[in-house]
Formats: sequence, structure tokens, C-alpha cells
Amino acid sequence: MPINTAVLKKVCEAFGPSGHECQVREVILEDLKGCYDDYQVDVLGNLIVHKKGDGPKIMLAGHMDEIGFIVTYIEDEGFIRFSNIGGFDPFMLVSRRVIFANGVQGVIRSERLENFRTELSQSKLYIDIGAPNKEHVEKLVKVGDVAVYSASFYADEYKVMTPALDDRVGCFIMMETLKQLKNPKFDCYFVFTTQEEVGLRGAKTSVYTVDPDYGLAFDVTGAFDTPKALKYSMKMGGGACIKIKDASVICHKAMIDFLTKVAVDNNIKYQYEILDMGGTDTGAIHVHKSGVISGCISVSSRYIHGDAEMCAQSDIEDCINLTVKALETGI
Amino acid sequence: MSVDRTALIKKLTDANGLPGDEGEIRNIIRTELEGHTDSIITDRLGNLIVTKNSGRPGLHIGLSAHMDEVGMAVLRINEAGLLTIGTFGVDPRLLPSKIVSIGKDKVKGVIGTKPVHMTKPDERERAIDLDALYIDIGASTKEEAEKSVSLGDFVYFDSEFVEFGERKIKAKALDDRLGCAVMIEILKSDVKTPITAIFCSQEEVGLRGSAVAANRAHVDVYINLEGTVSADMPSTDAHERVTVLGKGPALSLIDRTSVYLKEYINKIVAAAEENGIPYQYRATGAGGTDAANYHVAHGGTPVIGLATPCRYLHSPVSVCDLRDYENTVKLVRAFIQKYGNSARAES
Repeated sequence: MPINTAVLKKVCEAFGPSGHECQVREVILEDLKGCYDDYQVDVLGNLIVHKKGDGPKIMLAGHMDEIGFIVTYIEDEGFIRFSNIGGFDPFMLVSRRVIFANGVQGVIRSERLENFRTELSQSKLYIDIGAPNKEHVEKLVKVGDVAVYSASFYADEYKVMTPALDDRVGCFIMMETLKQLKNPKFDCYFVFTTQEEVGLRGAKTSVYTVDPDYGLAFDVTGAFDTPKALKYSMKMGGGACIKIKDASVICHKAMIDFLTKVAVDNNIKYQYEILDMGGTDTGAIHVHKSGVISGCISVSSRYIHGDAEMCAQSDIEDCINLTVKALETGI
Repeated sequence: MSVDRTALIKKLTDANGLPGDEGEIRNIIRTELEGHTDSIITDRLGNLIVTKNSGRPGLHIGLSAHMDEVGMAVLRINEAGLLTIGTFGVDPRLLPSKIVSIGKDKVKGVIGTKPVHMTKPDERERAIDLDALYIDIGASTKEEAEKSVSLGDFVYFDSEFVEFGERKIKAKALDDRLGCAVMIEILKSDVKTPITAIFCSQEEVGLRGSAVAANRAHVDVYINLEGTVSADMPSTDAHERVTVLGKGPALSLIDRTSVYLKEYINKIVAAAEENGIPYQYRATGAGGTDAANYHVAHGGTPVIGLATPCRYLHSPVSVCDLRDYENTVKLVRAFIQKYGNSARAES
């Protein structure tokens, strides 16, 4: 069954850098109306959606936040200095368009530098919204305001290309799973987490609230199938990724074996994910209390943290199928 | 400016407290707070946790500041009676020619270096390596030195509190004894709402005291009090000054360990504006504070980051403007007065 790109578009286009996820939360809640038993929102903004089921408690986690920018200082001439929310390479930022919550757009540029290649750093960058001076800028943008990449969502028969695919695609997989789910063999808590990009912080508080027996996160991972890419095995279009490890977690063997068996039994295309870098909510979930048996299903994606993150629609479909079957099979 | 206030800051900054060695600071705070609290306990990591107005209605407010400061420790005593040191959060470039105070007995020493007459041209162009620095305590042999110091003794800057200029003070450890002083003033005042105040240990070595204290305390909102960087020099571009002395307490937006919740930034800004208290934003995403542990504690707790700007942080001669300190106290009080009577945070 092809994926519902209209819903994916809506979720990807919602505005939500870390700590400012309320718009994403509203889009998700609206779309999921009638599909859950109850929900709560905690202090850090995590959306915890409960779907009752017969079996052990599982926490599913996908993060709502995206990387972004926060205004730290406005110069008299109207140029906006900013700090990053999440990880960025300053070289990738120059000439990117950004958009603030109120819709105001600007462009990131660098001060003139004698030697751009050696001297460029975050503190040399500024956002220009074209207003003539500080006084005019402050009518539109204030210190503490946040922005994200401004770029459009695009989908054709193969791929999706959009900013914030990381990790709205994870949210989308959870949403579609919840809609299709019949008679789950787990008591399911679908947690749409906050502040993952700055250190898995929403997952830390929501796992405390849910206190699950099992954990399963949904996130993007790298696709290493581009010219001269690092030697990792994940490919775009290679099927749902079952995570074995990244820098934040070594997934539990029981979860890896369980997901693999479900994939094999149901003829769902899958690949294993082994990564030395990166981290995901599983990193916070698996060390909760005396330990939670945890894993992660990832979508192998290209150009992560850029404004044109790309993945294959077939992989998203495989992830949804794997998750639905896993929850309906039981561990 | 009351004499009491400067006396309090002097007492706190002249005292010594490296991470894990905060006893002297704890004792001062305990004495100051006598008769003003419901309970004071010291936990296993050396955090001092104080409660006031327990069981009263209103918003339960958590206050936190760290007791520990940056400094050094004795690693080796050589045959000539000279001490080799390791550092905790101190930039080794600051160390040459400083007077230090070692261990419980506060043995005096100086950090010596080769005189300029003896240096080679290339040595004058770069900072001295930590390995090339030693403390001279006036001993001639290892045995003589061992009579007054031991391996592992903590080493402190010997730098007294001084008032100077226009309401400025110079002291060591303004980061974060200023925060401790703010908390003492609030706890000794006539506030009516329930307060849990955490005087933390081991912040400078990785936010360790608060990691433990956060498990114990259950509050509705924290205010984390710090001394923060002010790089307000003409040679620094305006957007890189972080904070400016005299412009009021600095509110945190984001740092390496926390994204501060907009809703609560707006609340404290409202308290400042309604009371005509100046404030500024901390214009950087760098640094980390104990807020890291509080905001992810339990199911999540809101934290406000509030700091008094200090020049020359982590050095023996940190400088702050007393008016910024006073306005920090005023702002905490204004926040408590404005929101203290509201019901518990919705959850």
C-alpha cells in the first residue's frame, strides 16, 4: 500500500525546532483523532498517546523536534546573530533560507572573511531579513525567537525530499502504525518526543512517565550508497533498518531477533543498521531504571540535517508494515 | 547597599571549596540560615538541601546554585620541595606568578616561573606549559614540604574580596558564590511560598551534585542561579560579548545542556518588566549548567536560568557589578511574588 504523502507533507511542514514543538504536536493530535484511548502532554512537551493492548508495556518513540536556530543578538544595523539548536556544519549554512515561527524569512550569510575556508565559524554568521535597522527588525524578530530551514516538501513515485524528514518520518511511521493497528499484543504508548536533537532530553522524561517493559524508537539513519561514501551498509531503498548499534545504544539482542523474525515471517524487506556515530531516543530509553529491552527501526536517509533530506517511500512503507506486524505479533 | 550584603559575599568568596571539598562553604551557609529554614540536610555527594515553608500552599519553587569553584590539586612533591599541580576548570595560562593557598591549613605558596632574563625568544611568545609550573611553599626538601602539605591537597587562589570603582567587586569564585548569596538572601527573607534550595557540589567537574540532588527534590519550577561570562571588552564584537556588566541579570535562552522553555522565559521577563528590573539575554549557546539535570528530572521540570554577569570568570580576579547582583535578588523575589501564589503547575 503506497504511503499517504499528504499526511507526511503536513507533518514535515509543521514548525518545530527543539523546545518549540507545539505546532507539530497539534498536527499529529489532529490527524490521530479517534485512533487512541487517551493522551497526555508532559512539562517538556512530549506527546504521550496511549493505545491499550493485551501484553507488556511498550514505548514507541519518534522525535517531533528538528534542528534550528535561535536569535541571540540583534545588531544596530539589523543583522541577526544566532546560535544553533542541534548540530550544524557552518559551511552548510551559508546562503540557506530560514523561516521564523511567524513566517518571516531571511537568509544566512557570513561576515566578509580574509580566509573563508579557515576562519568560518558559527559566530561569523548572521541572518539577514532585509529590514533597515534594529528597530524595524524587532517588530518582526526578537532575541530568543527561533527559526528553521525554509524549503519545500517534495515527493514523486520513488522518494521524499524535505527539511525535517529527521524525524517527522519517524513520527509519520508511528502515526500510520497507530491507524492500521488491530489487536496489539502490547500495551502501546506512542510517544512523540521533544528535544532529541539537543541530547535525547524529551525521551528521558517521557520514559520516566511511561516506565515501559520494551522500547522501540523510530528515526532516520544515514544512507551510505552515494559516491565515495563511508563504508556502512545501509542503502536508500534497502528496506526497513533494524538498528544493531549507534553511538548512543547497543540494541538488545532480544529486540533485534524479534524484529528480524517478524520481517522474515511477513516477507518485509529489511536491512541491519550499524553506525559508529549518531544517537537516537533509544539511547535514553534503554538505560531507564534497571534497563529496558530496546531497539530502533530507522529509515536510511541521505543528506541528514540539510534542507533536502531524502529517503525512499518504499522504505517508509516497509517500516510501517514491520511495526504493525511486530505490535500485532507480540514478543 | 547594606553592609550585610557585601559582608556575605566577602565571607562566601574568601572561603575555599573545590569540587568534593565544599565543607567550608556548607558550614558558612548552615550558620547563615540558622532559624530561617524547616530542614537542612547534606546528602552523600555533599549537596546542601534546604527547605522552607514546607507544606504551605502555593507554587513550590526550587532554587539552585553551586558551591564549588575552580582550582588545582597537588599531584607530586619533588626532591627540592616544589609541588606539581593538576587543574580543575582553570586555564593554565592564568597560573604563573599567582599566590595560592593549599589544603585545610591554607599553607601559602607561589606559582613560580623562570624570570624573563632567562627565557629564550620563542618561550616569550607562547604560554607556559602546565608541566613547567610548580608551587613554591618555601620548603627546601621533599621532607620539609611534606610536613605542611600532602599529595592530593586542594590548591586555591589566594585572592581576597575587594570593593572598587563604581559599585564593583573583585573576588575569586564569584562563579557561583553569587548564586549562593542570592539564595541565602531569599531564604532569610519573608517569602511565603514553599522553597527547596539546593546548594550543589561538583558543578565545575560535570554537573555531578545536581545529578543526585535532582532525584531527591520535587518542585514545580526551578530557578538556577549562576555567575556567567561577560566578555564586554571593546575588542570583542558586540554579538560575542555574551553579557555586559551593569545591564542586569542575564536570562538563559539555550546552552549546551538545556533549551529553556519559552513559556517560563516569558514569565520571568514579565516579572522583570512589571517591576522595572533591568535584564539581558545571555547571548550565546555555549556553556552548561545544573539546569541540565533539573529539567529532565522525574517526568520533566521547568527551569529558568538566571545569572549575574562576571568578567574574568574562572580566575582569581573575577569582577562583577553589585547592582547586577542586587537586581538578580530583586528579580527572584519579583518572580516569587508574582507566581508564588498560583496553583501547582498544570501537568
